[in-house]
Amino acid sequence: MKHKVAVTVNGHKHEHEVEPRLLLVHYLRDVVGLTGTHIGCDTSQCGACTIHVDGKAVKSCTMFAVQADGRSLTTIEGMAKGDELHPIQQAFWDEHGLQCGYCTPGFIMAAAYLLEQNPNPTEDEIRKGLEGNLCRCTGYVNIVKAVQTAAKTMSGTTAGKTQVAAGGN
Amino acid sequence: MRVGESVRRPDGAAKVRGRFEYSSDLHAPDMLWGATVRSPHPYARIKAIDISAARAMPGVHVVLTHKDVTGRNLYGLEIKDQPVLAHDFVRYWGEAVALVAADHPEQARRAAQALKVDYEVLKPITDAEAALAPDAAKLHPNGNITRQVKIRHGDQSARADIVVTGEYEIGMQDQAPLGPESGLAVPEQDGSVELHIATQWLHVDQEQLAAVLGLPPEKVRLTMAGIGGAFGAREDLSMQAHACLLALEAGRPVKMSYSRTESFVGHVHRHPGRLWYEHGADRDGRLVYVKARILLDGGAYASSSTAVIANASCFSCGPYRVPSATIDGIVAYTNNPPCGAMRGFGSVQNCYAHEAQMDKLAAELKMDPVELRMRNALQTGDKLITGQTIDGPVPVAELLKSIAAMPLPASGEGKGGDVDLTKLPGGVSNTTHGEGVKRGVGYAIGFKNIGYSEGFKDYSTAKVRLFTKDGKARVEVHTAAAEVGQGLVTVQAQIAGTELGVNDVVVLDADTNVGSAGSSSASRQTYITGGAVKTASEAVRDRVIAMARAELRAPSGLHIENDNVVTGTGKLVVPLATLLGDEVIEETREFHPRQTFPLDAETGQADAHMQYAFAAHRAVVDVDAELGLLKVVELATAQDVGKAINPQAVEGQIEGGSAQGLGLAVMEEIQLKDGVIRNASFTDYLLPTILDMPPVRMDVLELGDPNSPYGLKGVGEPPTISSGPAIAAAVRAATGRPITRVPIRPHDLTL
Repeated sequence: MKHKVAVTVNGHKHEHEVEPRLLLVHYLRDVVGLTGTHIGCDTSQCGACTIHVDGKAVKSCTMFAVQADGRSLTTIEGMAKGDELHPIQQAFWDEHGLQCGYCTPGFIMAAAYLLEQNPNPTEDEIRKGLEGNLCRCTGYVNIVKAVQTAAKTMSGTTAGKTQVAAGGN
Repeated sequence: MRVGESVRRPDGAAKVRGRFEYSSDLHAPDMLWGATVRSPHPYARIKAIDISAARAMPGVHVVLTHKDVTGRNLYGLEIKDQPVLAHDFVRYWGEAVALVAADHPEQARRAAQALKVDYEVLKPITDAEAALAPDAAKLHPNGNITRQVKIRHGDQSARADIVVTGEYEIGMQDQAPLGPESGLAVPEQDGSVELHIATQWLHVDQEQLAAVLGLPPEKVRLTMAGIGGAFGAREDLSMQAHACLLALEAGRPVKMSYSRTESFVGHVHRHPGRLWYEHGADRDGRLVYVKARILLDGGAYASSSTAVIANASCFSCGPYRVPSATIDGIVAYTNNPPCGAMRGFGSVQNCYAHEAQMDKLAAELKMDPVELRMRNALQTGDKLITGQTIDGPVPVAELLKSIAAMPLPASGEGKGGDVDLTKLPGGVSNTTHGEGVKRGVGYAIGFKNIGYSEGFKDYSTAKVRLFTKDGKARVEVHTAAAEVGQGLVTVQAQIAGTELGVNDVVVLDADTNVGSAGSSSASRQTYITGGAVKTASEAVRDRVIAMARAELRAPSGLHIENDNVVTGTGKLVVPLATLLGDEVIEETREFHPRQTFPLDAETGQADAHMQYAFAAHRAVVDVDAELGLLKVVELATAQDVGKAINPQAVEGQIEGGSAQGLGLAVMEEIQLKDGVIRNASFTDYLLPTILDMPPVRMDVLELGDPNSPYGLKGVGEPPTISSGPAIAAAVRAATGRPITRVPIRPHDLTL
C-alpha cells in the first residue's frame, strides 16, 4: 500500500507515492535523484546521509520517507548558492577537510547545524558536535580546521547563516 | 599549481557540493540490480544448487552459478585459487555461490534468499596453527601453507648477554572504506563489456576479468568510478566479475551495490597474526641477534598473502642494525575470511612485536627506550637482514630525536578538584572521575618498502597532451592510476604544471584506454605514476622547446614559464598558445623504477625492495586501570617524505594513516567465532570517531631521495605502522601491564 509524500527539498516541492517502509535516504537518492546524500553503513553510525529536516540535522537513514511528509528538507545539493559555495563547503575544500569525500556531505550538513546552534564553537565543542559522523581518510584534524575556518568566515558575514536557514525552509 | 605547493584538490568542489559521482551513484537506463548468494558456512561441500525457486521470483531475469562462468572459474592476485562462484567447496563464511539479477534490488535480494544450496557442512579450520598440523584437512591442493619465508642473516648461533622474549597477537582489522563496494557493468552489442568500478588497479582487474569471462582484454573495458576510500580493500576483485557475468547474460546493464554487512565479506582484511620474538643484546644495549616466528592467518584464499608475509618477514626487526637474524614467516590457509592488502601490508603486525621487544630490552637494561632505539638505529649504508645495503636518507635517529623533543601535552589534565569529565577516559559517558587515571607515554618507529618488491614489474604509463584551448595553453594528463582519495589527481596536475609551465592542467578520468599505472597501493603512485607524468611532460616540453628554436631561431636555454616560452633569464620569447597554434603535442611514456629481485628461498637474501620509508610516533594515553578505559590524549609523529609534492595532502595522509593505526591498537577487530564474523556492521565493528582521534603534532622531514622523482618518498603507509605500537607502549608505561595483543581490550587493562 503506497502513501503520498509531499516534501520540499532544497526549495523545490516534490510529491510521490511511496511504500511506507522506504527510508528517507533511499527516497532522496532513488526517487528524487539527489545522490549527494551517501549511504555508508545502513545502521545509523556513519552519518554520511545527514541532511536537514526543518532545519535540524538528521541522519536520513533513521527516518522513513513518509515521516518527512510536509517537511522541508535540505541536502548537500541545497547548500551552495549557484556557483558560490557555502562557507562550510568552501572551508572543507580549502582546508583539505576531505580526501575520498564520501563522508563529506554528511559532515558539512552536521557542521552547518552545529554552527547554527553555536556560531563560535571551541575545538572540543566541534568534536562533540560531529561525533556522529565517521571519516576513514582524514583522521579528523582537517575537518576540525575546516569547521573553525567556516565559523570565522560565517561570523564575519551573516550570509552563511541565512543561507542555511533559507535552505531549510 | 606547482610541485611543493599546498594546492587544493581539483575534485574538491564537486565533492563538497555532493556532485561527485561515486560508483554507488551510477545509473544506466534499463539497468538491472545484481545480488549475491553467499555461503552460510565457513567450510562445506556443495552437493547441489537448485535455482528454480529463485528463477521464478518476480522481476528476476538471470540466475547464475559456477556452471555459467564463461571463462576460467579461478582468479587471484598472486595465486589463482579463488573461484568467481564456488563450485565444489565453500571455504569461508560469505563466499559467493550464485548470482541474481532482477528489476529491483529488493527483488534481487529476495530471489537470492530463495535460491537453495544443499551443503555438506564440514568442520572448519579457524586457527592458523591448526592449519599447519600434519593431519589437518588440506584446504587447497598444495596444502595449507600459502608461503613460507626464511631469512637467515649473519651468525646463526649468535649468543648474547641480555635476552628478552615475547609472544604477540594481532587482531583482524578491516579497511572499512566509507563507500561500500559497487559498480555498473554495461554489455555492448559486440559481446564486450564496459565496467565502471571503484578499484585500486584498473588493469589487473581487466586482466583477471578477461580470464574469468573468457574474453580478450580489449573486450573488457574499465573506467574508474568515484571511490569512497580503499586502503587495500579494493585490490582484489569483489563484484567486478559478478556484475560483468550478469550483464553479459542479461544483455542489459547490471549494477551491484553492497550493504555494509556484505562489504565485510566482500573484501579481504588485514592478516591477524601471532608473533614469537627473541632479542639478544650486549650489556650496552646493542642488538646481537633477533629470532622470530611470524604466523599470519591468510584465510580461505591467497589474495596478496605471499607479498604480505614477505614484508612481515623483511621488516620483522624494525629499522635497526641487526647483525644476525633468524626469521621464519608463514602465512597459512584457514577457513577464516580471506586476508590481503591493508595499509602497512605486513609491516603493521611486526611493528607491534619489534617495538614491544625494544621496550622490554630497554627495561631489562634500565635504559631509556628512545636511547636504546637510537643506539641501534639503522643508517645509510647499513646492511638489512635481507643483505640489501640501504641507500638514500635513513633518518631513524633524526625521527626519534624529533618526536622525543616535541612538547608533551599538559600532564594530568582534568585530575584533581576541577575535573572536566569529558576529557577523561570514557569521555562523555561520565564513567570515571579520574581517581584511577594514569598517564603513559610510548614511542615506536617502523619502516617498510615503497613500490613493488621481489622482482614484480613496477611501472606506470602517462599520456600528456599539450594544445591550445580558447586561446590559452592547456595540458591534459591521462593515466590509469586510481585516485582513491589520497590526492593523486592533484599530484599529477602539479607535476605536469611544473614541468610544462602551464597553468591550465586537466587530469582526465582514469581508464584502460591508456597503459597500466599499477595499483594505488604500496604508497607507490606519487613515485611511479608521478614519475611517468614527469617523464611524459619532459618529452612534451622538449618538443615545444625544439619547435620554438626551429621556428623562431631562438637561442638555447629556453624554458616554459607561466604559459610563455621564455629565455634563461625569464625574457618572453613567445606565448605558448601563439607558438602552438593548432598543433597538438602528445607524448606517452612509461616510468620504471630500479629493479628488485626475489628473496632467496632458503636465506631470504636479496635486493628485494626499491625504496624504504620511515615514520616514528609518540603516543600519550590516559588509562583508567580500574574501569578498563583508555583515551589517546595525543599523537606526535615525524616522517621523512623526501619531498612533499603537496604539503597539505601529505599532512592529511599522515593524520589519516595515524588514525587507522590507532583504530587497530584500541578498538578495531573483526570478531570471529568458528569462522563466522560476529560484528559485520559499524554498530559492532568500532571505527575511531572524532572524539577518539586526538590532535596530531607533526614534523615532516624532506631529506630528498637521490633515486626518486623530486627526491620524494611514498607517504601513505608509514603513519599506519608506528602509531598503534606507540599507543600500546604508552599503555604499558601507564599500567605496567604487558599488553601483548591488539586491539587492547578492557580486561587487558584490569585483570
